[in-house]
Amino acid sequence: MTSTPPQTDQAAAGQAAPEQVTAAPADGGGPAPAVEVRGVDKVFPVAGGGATVALTGIDLTVAPGEFVSLIGPSGCGKSTLLRLVADLVEPTRGAVRVFGEPARAARQSKRYGIAFQQAGLLEWRTVAGNVELPLQVHGVKKRERRERARELLELVGLGDFAGHWPAQLSGGMQQRVAIARALAERPPLLLLDEPFGALDEMTRERMQAELARIRLETSTTVILVTHSIPEAVFLSDRVAVMSPRPGRITEIIDVDVPGRVTAPGESGGGAGGAGVPAVSAVPAVEDAVGQAEDVREQAAFFEAVTAVREALRAGGGS
Amino acid sequence: MTAGVAVAGSTVTGSTVTGDAVTGSTVTGAAPVREVAAPDVPPGAVAARGGGGWARTRARLAVVLPPLVFGVVAVALWEAYVQAYDIKPYLLPAPSEIWTQFRHSFRVIVDTSKATGSNALVGLVVGLVTGLVAALVAASSKVVDGLLAPVAAAMNAIPIIALAPLFNSMFSTTSSVPRRLVVAIVVFFPVYVNTVRGLRQVPEVQRELMRSLAVGRWRFARTVQLPGAIPYFFTGFRLASSLAVIAAVVAEYFGGRQNGLGSRITSAAANTAYPRAWAFVLAACVLGIAVYLLAGLLEWLATPWRRGSGSTSST
Repeated sequence: MTSTPPQTDQAAAGQAAPEQVTAAPADGGGPAPAVEVRGVDKVFPVAGGGATVALTGIDLTVAPGEFVSLIGPSGCGKSTLLRLVADLVEPTRGAVRVFGEPARAARQSKRYGIAFQQAGLLEWRTVAGNVELPLQVHGVKKRERRERARELLELVGLGDFAGHWPAQLSGGMQQRVAIARALAERPPLLLLDEPFGALDEMTRERMQAELARIRLETSTTVILVTHSIPEAVFLSDRVAVMSPRPGRITEIIDVDVPGRVTAPGESGGGAGGAGVPAVSAVPAVEDAVGQAEDVREQAAFFEAVTAVREALRAGGGS
Repeated sequence: MTAGVAVAGSTVTGSTVTGDAVTGSTVTGAAPVREVAAPDVPPGAVAARGGGGWARTRARLAVVLPPLVFGVVAVALWEAYVQAYDIKPYLLPAPSEIWTQFRHSFRVIVDTSKATGSNALVGLVVGLVTGLVAALVAASSKVVDGLLAPVAAAMNAIPIIALAPLFNSMFSTTSSVPRRLVVAIVVFFPVYVNTVRGLRQVPEVQRELMRSLAVGRWRFARTVQLPGAIPYFFTGFRLASSLAVIAAVVAEYFGGRQNGLGSRITSAAANTAYPRAWAFVLAACVLGIAVYLLAGLLEWLATPWRRGSGSTSST
């Protein structure tokens, strides 16, 4: 059974232009939001008195199963915002709620998995040992851990490297292990802080295709921090454009590119798509890569990239 | 199952690979993922296997041979210099003379090396254990750390020369304790300082990771802090191992039990038997190297992840 390349005929017949929305997702009255950031400020005290305003007046709502990217120039606070959601820093003002709970409670209930720009693998553990780490610290039995790690390594295409040491892997492979680790406990929310930042362009595009495929497989809510406009447009349902001094969200852009590999139940047409069959099977890596190439070459894709770029420029960045 | 071999250089465009089951409903079972076209080639995996054992032997020789050759040439030059200029033994004995004395006194050398060696090892172990324990305590308590830091620095600053005769007078003249105590004190400082540094230097990304997993303090220590400090501990260990032998030898210069190498060096020098004194010095060098290699071996055993093909890329 081969996977059906989705919506390519719709792509050929005129594309929907990306809409621009400034706040909540289209389904305003839908299910409880996965992540809710309300009126958040974050100020960091600076040594010798004074303070840096990292974020002001952040309002962001992410629906369950949605993929939202945070994009902006350096210093716009996007990593800080991600860490606020992860409860790795606390807001100076405002509230962050994750699946209805305060961020701290969500962290303590392990409602999310996170991957950073550095893979952060423990060098004294094997690749499989690193993937098992969250399971081990949360008391999962050895047999189950091992099974789950094997499953995840297959998912990211590193099944043969389970017994290797991290130092023996390249940067891209280490990042894949980090992502496998973030998925270990099947978290409903995945937070990614520029995980592909240190990779070359080819590896990066390949990893994006894999991430899209994984997301299709697991229907996870994802918040991704990135520098790359094509990456944001390729992967996201919505792109939050941020700008610095002070850090704030200037615009949230709905991405509407037909043919994108999206979560099951969601058509590639975004808010406006009708009568388009959802992708029913998880494509193999080569399929996902192939589809990804198709997606990246569509006019709607370029239009969306342009829209994001213009929003970035308008916001005073890049 | 998966035959996921990285085939470098080849690419697969969007066509399906085989017609077999891409069910997607479970991840286990049929393996839909194949690792193809890995543009990011891992550093050690595609090693220079061609040439096999010879390439590796050559690499090892390239490391071992230069110092060996240098050593032999240096000794030869030494011998030539002494012979040519007829240097007196109290200035600089010839290597040949030293070697003769070494052979003559071999049994004594073995016995005294055993005594000095055991002093060094006992003191080393005591110093390691106390250094490690102190580091663990200091890393977990700022108060203790603040108290210990100046004490440790002071201990390191005191020369052994001052300590040895004091300890000798504290204990009986047939006791080995004073020398072992001196060694332990000398060993303590590098082990303590390096281990504390290792315990403190947990990379930020690992801290954040552990925080995101909501682990408790003890779990954090066990999973990340302690294993991460192992390389640092062994750095201290290696430093301390050389110092231990030196301290064991020198501690004997100031009285106390005289059954080790140090006493033989002093007595030979006092009797103007300089080649013999140098022979014992040579024995002390050999002992020092042996202890250092032992430390290196233990480190090699304890850190299997560092035994790789020299790849140290950590992104």
